[in-house]
Amino acid sequence: MVIALRNLRKSYETAEGRLEVLRGINLDLGAGERVALTGESGSGKSTLLHLVAGLDRPDSGEIVIGGRDISKLDDRGRAAYRRAEVGLVFQQFNLVPSLDVAENIAFHAKLAGRHDLAWENELVERLGIGPLLTRYPEQLSTGQQQRVAIGRTLAARPGLVLADEPTGNLDEANGDAVLETMLSLSKGTGSTLLLVTHSQRLADRLDRQVHLRSGKLE
Amino acid sequence: MSVRSIAIAFAVTTMASLSASQAAYQGFAGLGSAAEGFSVPQPGRLFRFPADHGAHPDFRIEWWYVTANLEAPDGTQYGAQWTLFRSALAPREANGWSSPQLWMGHAAVTTSEDHFVAERISRGGVGQAGVVAEPFSAWIDDWQMKGHAVPGADQLADLSLTATAGDFGYELRLSATGPLVPQGDDGYSLKSAKGQASYYYSQPFYAVSGSLSLPTGNVAVTGKAWLDREWSSQPLAEDQTGWDWFSLHLDTGEKLMGFRLRDEGEGFTSATWITADGRPDPLPAGALKIVPVRTANVAGRQIPVSWNVQIPGRGFDITTQPLNEQAWMSTSIPYWEGPIAFKGSVSGRGYLEMTGY
Amino acid sequence: MTMWTAATALLSHWRRRPLQLGALLSGLALATALWSGVQAINAEARASYARAAAVLDQNGLAHLVSPNGRAIPQSAFVRLRRAGWNVSPVLEGEYRFGTTRLRVIGIEPLTMPAETDTVDLGNAEDLLSFITPPGIVVVSPGTAEKIRGQTDLALRVSDRMLDGAAFIDIGLAQRLLRREGELSRIVIAENQRPGLEPLGTLVPTLSVRESNAQSDVEHLTESFHLNLTAFGFLAFAVGLLIVYSTIGLAFEQRRPTFRTLRCLGVSLRALAVLLLSELVLFALAAGAVGVAIGYLVASLLLPGVAATLEGLYGASVPGTLSLRPEWWVSGFAIAVAGTLVSSAQSLLRLMRVPLLAAAQPQAWGRSSQAGRRFQVLAAAALLALSGALLLWADGLQAGFGVLGCLLLGASLLLPAVLSSLLTLMQRTSSRALVTWFWADARQQLPGLSLALMALLLALAANVGVGTMVSSFRLTFIGWLDQRLAAELYVAARNEGEADRLRTWLAAKVESVLPIVSVDAEVRGQPMQIFGVVDDPTYRKHWPLIVGIPDVWDWVASGEGVLVNEQFWRRERLSIGDELDLASDWKAAVVGVYSDYGNPKGQVIAGISALTSRYPHVSRLRYGLRVKPDQVADLRSSLSDEFGLPPENILDQAALKEQSRRIFDRTFLVTGALNIFTLGVAALAMFSSLLTLSEMRLPQLAPVWAMGVTRRDLALLELLRTLVLWLATFIAALPLGLALAWVLLAVVNVEAFGWRLPMHIFPYEWVRLGLVALAAAVVSVFIPLRRLAGLAPSELLKVFANER
Repeated sequence: MVIALRNLRKSYETAEGRLEVLRGINLDLGAGERVALTGESGSGKSTLLHLVAGLDRPDSGEIVIGGRDISKLDDRGRAAYRRAEVGLVFQQFNLVPSLDVAENIAFHAKLAGRHDLAWENELVERLGIGPLLTRYPEQLSTGQQQRVAIGRTLAARPGLVLADEPTGNLDEANGDAVLETMLSLSKGTGSTLLLVTHSQRLADRLDRQVHLRSGKLE
Repeated sequence: MSVRSIAIAFAVTTMASLSASQAAYQGFAGLGSAAEGFSVPQPGRLFRFPADHGAHPDFRIEWWYVTANLEAPDGTQYGAQWTLFRSALAPREANGWSSPQLWMGHAAVTTSEDHFVAERISRGGVGQAGVVAEPFSAWIDDWQMKGHAVPGADQLADLSLTATAGDFGYELRLSATGPLVPQGDDGYSLKSAKGQASYYYSQPFYAVSGSLSLPTGNVAVTGKAWLDREWSSQPLAEDQTGWDWFSLHLDTGEKLMGFRLRDEGEGFTSATWITADGRPDPLPAGALKIVPVRTANVAGRQIPVSWNVQIPGRGFDITTQPLNEQAWMSTSIPYWEGPIAFKGSVSGRGYLEMTGY
Repeated sequence: MTMWTAATALLSHWRRRPLQLGALLSGLALATALWSGVQAINAEARASYARAAAVLDQNGLAHLVSPNGRAIPQSAFVRLRRAGWNVSPVLEGEYRFGTTRLRVIGIEPLTMPAETDTVDLGNAEDLLSFITPPGIVVVSPGTAEKIRGQTDLALRVSDRMLDGAAFIDIGLAQRLLRREGELSRIVIAENQRPGLEPLGTLVPTLSVRESNAQSDVEHLTESFHLNLTAFGFLAFAVGLLIVYSTIGLAFEQRRPTFRTLRCLGVSLRALAVLLLSELVLFALAAGAVGVAIGYLVASLLLPGVAATLEGLYGASVPGTLSLRPEWWVSGFAIAVAGTLVSSAQSLLRLMRVPLLAAAQPQAWGRSSQAGRRFQVLAAAALLALSGALLLWADGLQAGFGVLGCLLLGASLLLPAVLSSLLTLMQRTSSRALVTWFWADARQQLPGLSLALMALLLALAANVGVGTMVSSFRLTFIGWLDQRLAAELYVAARNEGEADRLRTWLAAKVESVLPIVSVDAEVRGQPMQIFGVVDDPTYRKHWPLIVGIPDVWDWVASGEGVLVNEQFWRRERLSIGDELDLASDWKAAVVGVYSDYGNPKGQVIAGISALTSRYPHVSRLRYGLRVKPDQVADLRSSLSDEFGLPPENILDQAALKEQSRRIFDRTFLVTGALNIFTLGVAALAMFSSLLTLSEMRLPQLAPVWAMGVTRRDLALLELLRTLVLWLATFIAALPLGLALAWVLLAVVNVEAFGWRLPMHIFPYEWVRLGLVALAAAVVSVFIPLRRLAGLAPSELLKVFANER
């Protein structure tokens, strides 16, 4: 999936007045490219990710993904885009609490219409979550939850995987292991990956790094 | 129906004379003023017996009043009272509930420790209460004063007297040992200098035997009793607030009836000296002097319970002591009524009634 | 830090969540309102029973009565007084003041025992005017309104008087009723002196009617008040559930505040005191509103209640409410007590849970597996108990026990049933969103189950009571058709007129049916004995439930009588049982007829048998059989020939209309209470949904992120609520029918003495379903609008790293 961000701007109304979070972002990602997005706390990493994911709209600028500008899509269009093309992994609350692990893993794939049982089984095995399938999210540890979230994302074979500090709540060893699995699995799907992190160590493992400072890429 | 309103009703109609607190009602009910429609006692009328033992519905108020000084075999003193009051709303009698006559009974037994009181109220016309002259009978509910004399004889000469209440009762037999005695001027008893008066006669010569029933058991008693009959329509002058009334059995066999009607001044006293054979000697107004010796707190008021009674012209000078100074009649219209003993120039026993305190 | 600052910090929570505060206060106010409203109605009714007892029965003192219903000579009273008995005479009768018939009660105030508390004549003047001709008539304000200007007698108004009755002096009563020297009964005071001659020797012809500790009316209406109390309690309980869940959530949400305050040096005790004061403050505020609403509810319902009591039990209750100070006290008390009970768990948790334990607002309201299992077991036990009571217990209390256990058991079972149902639906669905839809519904169930249980109860009560009332109505109307067979009913004004009427009518109508009755006492119960002629009308139409062959021949012969159903059931009579109808009259029960709406027992005998034992019975009223097309003519010639006023001639259609109107008025209050209960259930649902919507974001955000629009999410939320409502509604139908069956076959038999067939009215369910649907949509509207209008940034906060 080829991504082209052009002159993206985004600001929020806060109690202290208008806060410009993104001030003209330009970025290109090649198909299958895996890019780390780093930056200080509050530099706008998550906002950028949300815009790319179609969760929110920019004030101005273009987000061209697979040849169309998703910032021009309406609510329904962006929802369809997310369903069909994006896989999201957040730091927390990735899973649907009312569904068990198996259902969670199949959920997005089914929504996207790409349910593939063999691939799902492979994911479960590689993520080591086989024994957890009948459990509910609240019965899992944070690390287990993130593994399931990654499984759920990759099961849908999205063209674009967006991850926002997916290992931020895990200790280093656990985080590395989870990330390692994610990287190797996403290679198999050929997904383009944009990973938000503030860990240089993690960023170093990807194809490329971009650094965000005060709403601009360096 | 509150007992209180019955009490007040009776007070309005009958008992204005008994209590100063009701004095205010005299103006309202016209009791103190001329008795419109009711007959008024006139001097010179002679009693006609047995008819006058019965009720006189054309007069506003009337009573049959017995007081008895009694003694148990062991010498314990008692007092007993039996009274039937009649009060008329209008000067007539009628059969049935439309009768304007109201009746009230009071019964009491006094011991040195206790004073038992009961009251009954009834309407006339239906037979629940009333008086028949011959053969004599006066009753209210189951309380009764019944004559046993044969027709033609003195209907009050031989009486049985009963009253029963929740905690006490008595059955007494009264036999007269002397004649009936008219009070005042041949039965015309003046009550004030302004001319208020009543018809008044007494039977002071009863010998009594019978039994009292008290919470502690039955007591056989003997003694002396005194019956008063009085009727009137305007018994009190406007400024009179109450009275102190004595009936005395002297150890000499003589009797004395004396009263003082209190007003803002000296008061109005009247007395009849009765010889041992029953001849009345009405004393002139003012001949009787009474002075309180000691007061006691009774039912929240100061009441003179010991008196000095004098008739200077006769060398009569006694001091009375009550058997029970708390002989308070806590009836609808409250008053003090109880047995007394007296000493001085002569000794004896009697009854004291004090109203309007 | 001062307590005040701490209090401000705690209270600021409510400023940020006004809807939560609103739910809390309105739940509490509504609970208090319905509770105190129902209590007010009961208190008013009880006060009027006491009034009735004082007026009509001299406060349940024993009476001397004449066993044959004949008059007592006044001399008996005097004889008793003179024997020392503390007794008082009473003469009662009907007297017409102008056009108004009153029950006049002649009393003798001087002897009337003080404990009868009959009427306060106030001062001496009034007492004297009362007993002195012409006398005074003491009546209620309402009655005074009616007869003012219709009598020369002076009226005196007393609030303690009963409508339609008048106290007058015994002497006046004897004059008005033309019964000089006669008494109806003699009241015996409780206080009697010892040593009295026995009554049996003093007045051997009279018999003592002992007082009932409870008046007849009170006994009869007990079931009605129990019913009302049950409704009130139901509403109160549902209201408290709202309070319970709101307070629980608010405590969890404020846990961080508690923690901060504790860290800043506020002691646990001080914190508890603050929270307790806050709760009491809320309780008092809501209590005040609640009592005010309760007063309003009660005054709206009371006319209906009065109609019901009048229609079903013949108990007179005024339609207006007097404000009693004790309500304010009891209203506040119940509000505070209710608040404390429903917040006890939260307060205890506050004391027990360690200072630094994380807040778990999401977990609030989610019951544990063990809790759910316990609930199912309790439900099973209650249902079993209900069945056991039905099979083996007797009496009104048992009937209500069956109802209570059934309703409670069923509602406890509801969450488990719904959960299983949703699991099943989830299993059978393969599409991701559908699966999630059912799974999510099941996950929300614990938070909604209290509200759903309330809804189930309200719907079942609606179905059950509605079915009962409609069945009753259908049966009643059919019964009226049978019972009111005569085309015209006419009442003469006196016996002379009645004689002329009979002669005149003989040639003009198919048959004349005299309506003759006496008041009597049979098996110790006051009742009426009717005398009927042998006529095809009765043979064809009279609504017999059971009867021997040739039953009417037996009645005509005077050897057999019919009894009404309630007397039959109450006394457990069988065909062939003998009844003592008068001192010289025994007759066998040969049949039983239905007699709806009559609280008392009734006996029907042959007219000649009746009149030979009660020769002075009044023969003023007649039913006339004529061809329907002649009714109008006969009616007009009756009023022309006899000058009878219109109210003395009633045609069948008018009578039926009147009966139907009374019937409908009677059940007005039931309908109103049903609506109220449904309203409270809807409020419970609303507040639960509102509470849940606060926790919904983390549950919805991932689904939204995976490509479901907010609009679709909102629609699914609506659909989910509706599905739960629908499921509850469907569950309520069989429960409601079971309830109706218990009401008709168990409670009614105990309470009224008649058993009614059950009819089913599906159309009413549809109507109820629509009302419930409307309530569901309303209850879900606000939470849903919040969700649909949610900014993406709100949803994104869920995932934000800074959280």
